[in-house]
Amino acid sequence: MSLRSPLSRARGLGSAKDGVHHFWVQRVTAVALIPLTLWFVFSVANLAGGDYHAVRHWVSAPSVAIMLVLFILTMLYHSALGVQVVIEDYVHHEGLKLLSLMGQKFLHAIVAAASVYAILRVAL
Amino acid sequence: MAQFTLPQNSKLDKSAGKHHKAPEGSKKVRNFKIYRYDPDTGANPRMDTYEVDMASCGPMILDALIKIKNETDATLTFRRSCREGICGSCAMNIDGTNTLACTKTCEEVKGEVVIYPLPHMPVVKDLVPDLTHFYAQLASIEPWLKTDSPAPTRERLQSEEDRAKLDGLYECILCACCTTSCPSYWWNGDRYLGPAILLQAYRWLADSRDEATGSRLDELEDPFKLYRCHTIMNCAKTCPKGLNPAKAIAETKKMLVERRV
Repeated sequence: MSLRSPLSRARGLGSAKDGVHHFWVQRVTAVALIPLTLWFVFSVANLAGGDYHAVRHWVSAPSVAIMLVLFILTMLYHSALGVQVVIEDYVHHEGLKLLSLMGQKFLHAIVAAASVYAILRVAL
Repeated sequence: MAQFTLPQNSKLDKSAGKHHKAPEGSKKVRNFKIYRYDPDTGANPRMDTYEVDMASCGPMILDALIKIKNETDATLTFRRSCREGICGSCAMNIDGTNTLACTKTCEEVKGEVVIYPLPHMPVVKDLVPDLTHFYAQLASIEPWLKTDSPAPTRERLQSEEDRAKLDGLYECILCACCTTSCPSYWWNGDRYLGPAILLQAYRWLADSRDEATGSRLDELEDPFKLYRCHTIMNCAKTCPKGLNPAKAIAETKKMLVERRV
């Protein structure tokens, strides 16, 4: 049984004075994803029926490659922010929480690096 | 991980529930199924069924509870005081929704009336939850007017428009219906302040007479204290006073963005 006062427990370690940045960037990336996702979906739909060479040709256009890189990076950044919230919500074991918070960041970074490499390799 | 199953000793003992019959000659019998837990016996909680003669009972759920306590079972324990929706004492989970027993009519409920204490709080006894942490969280946001200017000789003046900004905030009676309906509070109530306390915090952020807005925002800016709110809106749906804590929280988040962009 803890002998700490209820107020001491409620105050805990105090305010982290952080969180607005996460909130704001999540909204900025969400707004950016509206045109990016629409562009991506319509472009891919346009490629329907096209063969391997048609897709390679599409990706190798500079404007398309730039848009693809923007789409992938924005989406993965947005996803990393979202997954972080899910972990903070549901993982209560401190060690496991720290590990999964780091792990998901690494995973997103790896996917981002691999995607950008793949796009550039086809485009350049 | 989040605890999705109940601790061992808080599981309902389905076979232990008692059935209290209405007296002979009752005209309009209705069943009230009520959560019972007595920490002194060491037994798991159970659901007792009380038959209540509605012909001799007041219209509200609280009337029925008082009738049961007076006439059938004096051990039934619950909080109540004002019986007019202003003290917040009789907040409980009735027919699946957190609300005040004194302002909810028996007529609104179809069939059996099922009553539990407020969800996901430690239970002191029967329908009485332990709200110690909830009140401590309220104290932690320092819910009073803070000023550095010298006190005026008369009232602190406020324009009608500024006063109107407190409508929908000052009515909160701190019954904890919203906070205990919030999944974010269930999983992270130790750190997340919850809708009731955040609405109270915004009540002071929105007050034109308060001079501590900046430091209040500093204290709230925290991934757990504030940003566990994911706009689930259970708070607004359940509030027996018809308030919208989710909106107050959204306004707080807007203020935090506003001061840096």
